[in-house]
Amino acid sequence: MTESRDVILQLRDLKTYFALRQGVFQRVTGFVKAVDGINLDIYRGEVLGLVGESGCGKTTLGKSILQLIRPTAGEITYHGADGTDGAVDMCCLSDAEMVAYRKKLQIVFQDPHSSLNPAFTIFGSLQDPLKKYGVKSKKERRKIIGDLLEAVNLQRDYMDRYPHEFSGGQRQRIGIARALSVEPELIVCDEAVSALDVSIQAQVLQLLMDLKKKRNLTYIFITHDLSVTEYICDRIAVMYLGRIVELAHTEDLYEHRLHPYTQALLSSIPVADLDRKTKRIVLEGDVPSPINPPSGCPFHPRCRFAKDICSTEVPALRKVVTGGKEHHVSCHLVDDTVTAA
Amino acid sequence: MTGEVALSVKNLKTFFYTNNRCNKAVNGVSFDIKKGRTLCVVGESGCGKSVTASTIMQLLPSLSRIEEGSITYHAEAGDIRIDQLDRDGKEMRRIRGSEIAMIFQDPMTALNPVYTIGFQIGESLKYHTDLSAKARHAKVVDLLANMGIPEPERRAKEYPHKYSGGMRQRALIAMAMSCNPKILIADEPTTALDVTIQAQIFRLMDELKEQHGTAIMLITHDMGVVAELADEVIVMYMGNIVEAGTVDDILRRPKHPYTRALLDSIPVLGRGRNQDIKSIRGATPDPYQRPKGCQFSPRCDFATETCSAMPDEEYITETHRVSCHHYKDISQHD
Repeated sequence: MTESRDVILQLRDLKTYFALRQGVFQRVTGFVKAVDGINLDIYRGEVLGLVGESGCGKTTLGKSILQLIRPTAGEITYHGADGTDGAVDMCCLSDAEMVAYRKKLQIVFQDPHSSLNPAFTIFGSLQDPLKKYGVKSKKERRKIIGDLLEAVNLQRDYMDRYPHEFSGGQRQRIGIARALSVEPELIVCDEAVSALDVSIQAQVLQLLMDLKKKRNLTYIFITHDLSVTEYICDRIAVMYLGRIVELAHTEDLYEHRLHPYTQALLSSIPVADLDRKTKRIVLEGDVPSPINPPSGCPFHPRCRFAKDICSTEVPALRKVVTGGKEHHVSCHLVDDTVTAA
Repeated sequence: MTGEVALSVKNLKTFFYTNNRCNKAVNGVSFDIKKGRTLCVVGESGCGKSVTASTIMQLLPSLSRIEEGSITYHAEAGDIRIDQLDRDGKEMRRIRGSEIAMIFQDPMTALNPVYTIGFQIGESLKYHTDLSAKARHAKVVDLLANMGIPEPERRAKEYPHKYSGGMRQRALIAMAMSCNPKILIADEPTTALDVTIQAQIFRLMDELKEQHGTAIMLITHDMGVVAELADEVIVMYMGNIVEAGTVDDILRRPKHPYTRALLDSIPVLGRGRNQDIKSIRGATPDPYQRPKGCQFSPRCDFATETCSAMPDEEYITETHRVSCHHYKDISQHD
């Protein structure tokens, strides 16, 4: 997998902080470092999984990429298809300039019950993006929306119904149809299947994979369910307290878990297979607060292998090679732990 | 002692009545909860698993009724018919919390934000034991320490908002365990928690089972949790038990088409990208417009005309029972 791949998004040292304010004058007393220095390349046509526990900043990262939350520092460079649009740092764009790029980048939200306006019909909800991007005639909009609903395996005439008439799985498919309506290149799926029952989850996952093949999409798949990421993703980035601690190809990550956090995370997932019982590494304590993250490696207070260096120096995300593939990990002790795994 | 039946439910039917319509949420379920064992109840949302738990605890809303069947609690002093007790009666209030305890799904809403954690745990001790206030406090601190909460003395005086999700759930388990109940009912105790915290909670529940011989009824929708914790499994669909058996019966030799489809529809960790995931077509039916006969027949690949009659429960082995007309034909395809 070393052939030159086409980069669609480049994140460089991306930081998103939220200011904490206190007192009468609302002075800034601290920052929640939700996303704290992320470097990542996203390739065209891949499915990148972002996993981690709640509060690790994966949703903030997803929203920062779409500029729904403006990042505090860093660059997000968008590379258009076949080099026509050139490279643009989206963090420098004004809201008005951003409009053109919103067409390329879309999002599917977690909760299908709150992401559709209950007072609008499906047609009403789905026609807004089309209007914005220049489909003037209503007849044409109806045709496009009908096609979209068919693309997500719903019936054409559902467009005149209201959201309450649909089940969770159907609503999530409508959410996907809305994201598809402007023909984006990249879709951020923020916990898109987490709220669904397992039998429905499989339907939506298959739909997402079909659409990817047909429309040559790129997904950033944010989830906490590592069984789903293994099934759907090409590469997985494991996040902890606003940083990426490990980034690797999916098979590679599951076979060679280098970072102690990834090892613990993967071992604590209950597996629906009686023959595949693994020894569980139970982490003590909770995720520390992102307001005062621990010094050095953010994981060191919970790490079984922690040494002195871990509490003083922040490990960089460095490249190692496992099984002939690129593998990035940020841990001082990787060589020690590889044998322990 | 392990394996002795602690509570038996026979042909239980719980119906809800709203707007002159009747929702048969639990429609004839029978099972036993055994001492020192974990019984897992699995199913999708709306299948009646939580209602079954609330029925045992007599915590149902007022618009519902136990229509038929019996819930028998095998106490040391003799059997007690829970279904015949008054919901707010003295006897039920004595059993609830001391003999049968429950852990709820959402630790964020199950605790009262205006009382300290210590007070809330101490409350059940106050009503169910005759310990002095001082002894109660010592016991609360002890319970919190056992649950792995650091600095229990200080933490007992804190309010729920200072606790993280995992710690609140541990406080709830401490509360449930305070009177050493014989039966612990856990309704999706870890659904709202992260996997690493979930692993901590499961370790605790396993310890309880081994040390105190507590009978555990665990409600979940996650087959992974079942494989991890269960001794016995019940699979529910639309208010009925479709299949029940030991964890080996259900996960290795599933017979009912719904159990099979459910197991085929989940990605399993460690099986890689090429695993074949089959979704179940359609969606769970509206509880007010139920299909006739076998509830799963509209979504079932093996359904025939005979399925429009409700299948009887059949025992395949002593532990393994299934309710399907065609389970024999289906297993021949393997």
